[in-house]
Amino acid sequence: MTVAVVVFPGTNCEHDVVRGLATAGAEAELVWHRDTDLEGAEGVVLPGGFAHGDYLRTGAIARFSPVMAEVERMANDGLPVLGICNGFQILCEAGLLPGALVANRDLKFICRPVHLEVESTDSVLTRAATRGQVLRIPLNSYEGNYVTADVDSLEGSGNVILRYSDAGGRKRPASNPNGSTNAIAGVTNDRRNVAGLMPHPERASEAILGSDDGLVLLESFVASLELVSA
Amino acid sequence: MTTTTPDHIALGMTDEEYDHVVEILGRTPMAAELAMYSVMWSEHCSYKSSRAHLGRFNSDQPWVVVGPGENAGVVDLGDGWLAALRIESHNHPSYVEPYEGAATGVGGILRDVFTMGARPIAVLDPLRFGPLDDPHNRYLFEGVVSGIAGYGNAVGVPTVGGEVEFADRFAKNPLVNVMALGILKREQLVLSAASGEGNVAILLGNATGRDGIGGASILASASFEEGDEAKRPNVQVGDPFEEKKLIEACLELYDRGLVVAIQDLGAAGISCATSEIAGNGGMGMDVDLDKVHLREHDMTPGEILMSESQERMLAIVTPENEPEVRALAERWEIEASSIGVVTRGPQLRVFSEGELVAEVPAASLADEAPLYHRPAERPASLDAVWADTPTVPEDIDVGDVLRILLDDPAIGDRSWISSQYDHMLFLNTVVEPGHDGSLLRIKDTNKGMALSTDGDALRTWLDPRRGAARIVFEAALNVAVTGARPYAVVDNLNFGNPEEPEVMWQFIEAVEGMAWACDELDVPVVGGNVSFYNQTDGVDIYPAPVVGMLGFCDPMPERPPRLDAAAAGMSIWVVGPDPEHDFAGSAYDRVVNGELRGRPADVDGDLGRRVVSAAATLAFEQPVLHDISTGGLAVALAEIAIRSGVGLHVDDLSPAQLLDETPLRFIIVGEGEELDSFAPVRKIGRIGGSDLDFGPSGSIPLDEAATIWRDAIPRRMA
Repeated sequence: MTVAVVVFPGTNCEHDVVRGLATAGAEAELVWHRDTDLEGAEGVVLPGGFAHGDYLRTGAIARFSPVMAEVERMANDGLPVLGICNGFQILCEAGLLPGALVANRDLKFICRPVHLEVESTDSVLTRAATRGQVLRIPLNSYEGNYVTADVDSLEGSGNVILRYSDAGGRKRPASNPNGSTNAIAGVTNDRRNVAGLMPHPERASEAILGSDDGLVLLESFVASLELVSA
Repeated sequence: MTTTTPDHIALGMTDEEYDHVVEILGRTPMAAELAMYSVMWSEHCSYKSSRAHLGRFNSDQPWVVVGPGENAGVVDLGDGWLAALRIESHNHPSYVEPYEGAATGVGGILRDVFTMGARPIAVLDPLRFGPLDDPHNRYLFEGVVSGIAGYGNAVGVPTVGGEVEFADRFAKNPLVNVMALGILKREQLVLSAASGEGNVAILLGNATGRDGIGGASILASASFEEGDEAKRPNVQVGDPFEEKKLIEACLELYDRGLVVAIQDLGAAGISCATSEIAGNGGMGMDVDLDKVHLREHDMTPGEILMSESQERMLAIVTPENEPEVRALAERWEIEASSIGVVTRGPQLRVFSEGELVAEVPAASLADEAPLYHRPAERPASLDAVWADTPTVPEDIDVGDVLRILLDDPAIGDRSWISSQYDHMLFLNTVVEPGHDGSLLRIKDTNKGMALSTDGDALRTWLDPRRGAARIVFEAALNVAVTGARPYAVVDNLNFGNPEEPEVMWQFIEAVEGMAWACDELDVPVVGGNVSFYNQTDGVDIYPAPVVGMLGFCDPMPERPPRLDAAAAGMSIWVVGPDPEHDFAGSAYDRVVNGELRGRPADVDGDLGRRVVSAAATLAFEQPVLHDISTGGLAVALAEIAIRSGVGLHVDDLSPAQLLDETPLRFIIVGEGEELDSFAPVRKIGRIGGSDLDFGPSGSIPLDEAATIWRDAIPRRMA
């Protein structure tokens, strides 16, 4: 096993993520949320969906799933850990990433491609990208509005890695689709080995799907696996 | 003086139907038996008013694997791949409670598809509401769209298309139809016929509660009156999380070959599922209601049998496999109860607390259902409607007309709806909602499937036969301009009260029109649904047959046509017949003049076939193809220009030619000066500039047109 892709009951993007990782050059295997041994995995992805139905609050139940102890161990061991959409919400809820995701500004589900600017390349998700690069990647969420108690220290820490923008990289109110604080779309932890983002890079991993801009993010993650194992 | 309504009347049965039950049983029915017959013989479950006419639809093509009658139709896509498709309505529940009504409609249709062994991969939602200037209609519209989004997104099946109409007669009876598509390998196909005496019937999924009791008979099979909001407890409540687990569990059951047969629980719950699965296999079943896992513990046998609690499936498994099935259910965290045993039959026997509470011939619930040949009569008032032929004045400015038409919520940008739906999951969506058809790939093959749903209630009211035929051709053209050939149809026939001869006439005419058009196109009808009693306070809806068309291509176009692929310098052609002054039911007459009159033009079957075929061929060669329908050439051109962000010039067409809605026509935008086609083709203009410039017929700046079009729905819903 190379990458473990965690399936909670209610997860639905697991097969898409496995395919996206394969396109980016990594083998991946699905693991059930009750699994308590990810010993063979060099990295882990929490894919999108509605883990445990998103009941109570997104990620609130999933953080207690048995597999999360292993996810935490891997994070502490410095292995690459990625949360996409619902996976990002779970990592925040588990305290592995800063902040939280709340309901979109307009109180509507949003499924459409958005533009993101790469703010920092110092993370397992962005190391193969270039700073300032603008990516077109689909967003697909109701609770995608990023909030954090102390945004200034988050900004100061350099842990903001992706920000909503327009096609030219400008940040305007209209280019922030869900009202996220400082248009934050993706963050990393202090150690830079855990990353989360709301948009779905696997949905932009083949030109026939309208964009392959997400590949550079998945390739970053795959490259990070190799760096750690080297 | 007090009067007591007899039980069978309260359950929606007639005296004659009750007498027939007595005749079948040879005695007076017990309460639970009466409940079962009342639901199974409701209009919704038995098609008693429509069945006599549905034989007109033809499903006789070599690629049809399963025709009408099963949970879903199944067609062969080659190389071992099959597609399963089905359409249903959830009209009355959605009026009573829009969010849950629409949500459970999605849940129900998905179960029909994965009951066949297929993984559901797409949902489409044809919707009809009253005009959006009324706050209650906005509430219904908003609630239905969020219900579809809330359930569909969470259950993990993308909603890839649909359509919407707004008209006064849908205000108190909105239409919420839902179509689902699944794919499977041939060896995964499962049918719903129980076999094997001694096999076990296992109820999987949600606990049975009091929700939705009488949904089929009370909500779906009777007209509505003021105050029927009190029927809210008859609406089921959906749990997409439970359904998601159920889908995964069932697909794994099929993969491991653990089920003999399976049936979803929909209308009429356990009574329907047990009797159908046993009756289909020519078997009987003993059912023990004490084994059913319940949400509330004081339910009567009749309530348990009739409950329409969602997210439940009934699987028939061999006793040897029972432990493995239970273990699998436990792993997926769903409940499983062994509630019955297959018997040699023919009786379905139901026990509760050791007592026999029902014993009926299993097949009689379906096979002995009443069949009505209801009287039909063409409304004489149509003569005057047909005689009043609308025309378009020669001196109008098409730019001004577009300012009105592009603001119509049924013409304007519908991404307010589609952006609330996850339409991308599974990485199949090659052409997303917002085009004539949506195109899905089948991963790791060269195959593609195009999907379109179409209805045109107002034109169908003007002439049910022609209107219904035209929507079939329009749906065919929609999948053809997306790169696929028409391959299979499912239909949803939404009509008023069938006990009124005029409604019955509309129904029979529409069936004839649709069936004829499908025959002309050699496209089989593999399933359908009839929704009658769409009547509130004595007002019938406009007759609203809806077509769900599956198109198929192998290979798929490498670059399928898109509306946003036009670029300056490209030529514009129209393929199809010259306009024939067809304004009856046109957007121009309805929206600009506020009239509904005249007789829509008929379609020429031969020409239709040629045009559809030409489109499916040209879709492999040209960047933009677009069907000409509502609002005619003017609106179709505006959509291309707005989506591509570039203007266009069209010189020699009159306002009437630009607004005409003669069917069987489409636009091509592409490089070069000449276009070869085996259907009539005419070059009409060129892409370029920053206006929609129709020469002497008028113009409008592109930016202005785009703003009007984009704001049509949002400005009303803000």
